[in-house]
Amino acid sequence: MSQTTPRFHVPAPHVRPGDTPDFSHLDIPAAGEARRPDPSIAGMETQDLALGLIRVLDHNHQAVGEWDPKLDADVLREGLRHMVMTRTYDDRMQKLQRQGKMSFYMKSTGEEAVSVAAAMAMDNGDMVFPSYRQQGILFARGRDVVDMMCHCISNSRDNLKGRQLPVHYTWAEGNFFSISGNLTTQFPQAVGYAMAAQYKGEDQIVASWIGDGSSAEGDFHGALVLASTYKAPVILNVVNNQWAISTFQGIAAGESPTFAMKGLGYGLASLRIDGNDFLAVYAATQWAAERARAGHGATVIESYTYRAGPHSTSDDPSGYRPKGEDEEWPLGDPIERLKNHLINLGEWDEARHEALEIELNELVIASYKEAESFGTLHDGPLSPTETIFEDVYAEQDWRLRRQRQDLGV
Amino acid sequence: MSKMSMILALNSAMDVMMERDPDVLVFGEDAGYFGGVFRVTAGLQEKYGLDRCFDAPINEAAIMAMSIGMAAKGLKPVAEIQFSDYIFPGLDQIVSEMSRLRYRTAGQFTSPVVVRTPCGGGIRGGQTHSMSPEAFFTQIPGVQVVMPSNPYDAKGLLISAIESEDPVIFFEPKRLYNGPFDGDPGKALETWGAHEKGEVPDGHYNVPIGKADVVREGSDLTIVTYGTLVHVAQAAVEAEGVDAEIIDLRTLVPYDIETIAKSVNKTGRCIVAQEAPRTSGFAAELAAQIQEECFYALEKPIFRLTGWDTPYPHAHEWAYFPGLKRFSTAIRETLEA
Repeated sequence: MSQTTPRFHVPAPHVRPGDTPDFSHLDIPAAGEARRPDPSIAGMETQDLALGLIRVLDHNHQAVGEWDPKLDADVLREGLRHMVMTRTYDDRMQKLQRQGKMSFYMKSTGEEAVSVAAAMAMDNGDMVFPSYRQQGILFARGRDVVDMMCHCISNSRDNLKGRQLPVHYTWAEGNFFSISGNLTTQFPQAVGYAMAAQYKGEDQIVASWIGDGSSAEGDFHGALVLASTYKAPVILNVVNNQWAISTFQGIAAGESPTFAMKGLGYGLASLRIDGNDFLAVYAATQWAAERARAGHGATVIESYTYRAGPHSTSDDPSGYRPKGEDEEWPLGDPIERLKNHLINLGEWDEARHEALEIELNELVIASYKEAESFGTLHDGPLSPTETIFEDVYAEQDWRLRRQRQDLGV
Repeated sequence: MSKMSMILALNSAMDVMMERDPDVLVFGEDAGYFGGVFRVTAGLQEKYGLDRCFDAPINEAAIMAMSIGMAAKGLKPVAEIQFSDYIFPGLDQIVSEMSRLRYRTAGQFTSPVVVRTPCGGGIRGGQTHSMSPEAFFTQIPGVQVVMPSNPYDAKGLLISAIESEDPVIFFEPKRLYNGPFDGDPGKALETWGAHEKGEVPDGHYNVPIGKADVVREGSDLTIVTYGTLVHVAQAAVEAEGVDAEIIDLRTLVPYDIETIAKSVNKTGRCIVAQEAPRTSGFAAELAAQIQEECFYALEKPIFRLTGWDTPYPHAHEWAYFPGLKRFSTAIRETLEA
């Protein structure tokens, strides 16, 4: 790299490949320190929460402080199961992509709590507008694993007829909106959907997710303006996993110390939470959901986490960040932390955990075998070719009818 | 029946649909309390309430995205983009989201939004209030593109658009809002009062999307156009004293190839005309398709009459606008043996 002094400021991470992972510069408040105000609080009164970090699980695996959602052990075990399932599924699908079984895959490793805990803290009838790394929501809402796989391998049972890249799920019955792939477009759409639910007099609220990098999009601003102006019942999540493909979060954050504080400029309630803490994610989502349902408007939640894997199967993080950084992340691993909390409570043990991992691994392997029985991307059967002309419009006009004939299908 | 300007006809279409369907919401920049800078939504907030006709922040992308979210939840948003020149911040939401939602979800979610937007020049609007960007939208599978040329069609088409299951980009030629325009800026302004298409039913009716209108039957040549130029074409045909067939396209996507081909196969000569810049304009699509359909009937090359490949100028607006003189030249050249 050129040694000349740059003539304008370009932020850079302070460690790069070859360096030793180092997070000593991060200011991590202790668990239990943050106050939990009433969810009806004015948005501007959440400044300390937007700048701080809401944490519940401490280093001794105990739940501490006002944000402890005090969940039953059954709920905690369910959350653990969904997170282990998400990771098991991701690992298997990544391997299958490497074997050429699908064109593309994106893991959510290290971020399982962000999606699973949020989904569990909402009602299943609430609408979600996710980005591409919230597959945990699907497991929490009980989507059929074979169906998910059939989508990823674009076979004859893909509910999207082979039109979308793998992991770009849609599941209307599960109130799971379509994942675009164009970043942040879903954020302002979620606000419109929430306004429509309100207009129809429904109790339904809406949540959406984007990343730290994609918060730089204009649609982020648009979503927050709409949410603030119309006081929409929506939860706007920014998953700060530190990396936007190869670009560290500072390129989107600029001089802003947190992503949550951006919400304050719009007068929105804004929380910054430990995204690797199942209980913190659950509690914050529950707070925001209560606020939205009671008519107090939107909440911006920054989930502070770390993308432990590559951006996608087309990415290699060794080109831009130190090896082993994920293991040094000061907020640990979300599955390990919830597991240790349950063990600490006397509600779980290593043997049961190992049995769970084996059970879910077998389930994933069996599910994939079943999924392949409906076809594979390479060998078919796929959706019939003529389906490429369907669903463009409610009815095909003369152009599409002719073009279908031209293709000979 | 009432005498209506295009503004009143469009207003009436929304009024009729808001009355019939509580899921129809109208919004846009200045579209609420004030009723829009062109007054097209005037009175709707007062009549139907704040949550059915409201002001939106100046963010076209957000307006499009809000519409998509609302439509996905089953509402019928009718969003106004104040000038079609301002639609581009919202283009990503239209191209990547609104148009494809039915497709990419295999029909699980749809986005039947109506985007109303004034277009075209002739009002001394300069480069930022005169564009005719319709061709951009004809390149987007999943949206329909409509442009009426008179109050009767405007109301009937807008009702059809609101009732459509798919998104519609609804262009309103602002030069025609208050009266027809024959291309001569020196003449006194006409109103729709004396025009037969200014007679508009008060209640509900449809003008179907996808159906062109033969506004003048003739045998010498065919002129295919839409929007403001429909009226200029009529004036030019009168001035030249020729027996031309004039087709008002009304819908660009899906355009009515049957009506066009039937006419050109009959006349053997054709002018395609648009106000927008020439290169890759909608007239190019029409010329290509007519050539495929009618090659053996054509006696002359298809004449493409368009705006120039320049931004819309302010002071030299009338040198840009494809007016009477250029239409007359086109007619004469097309009729040469």
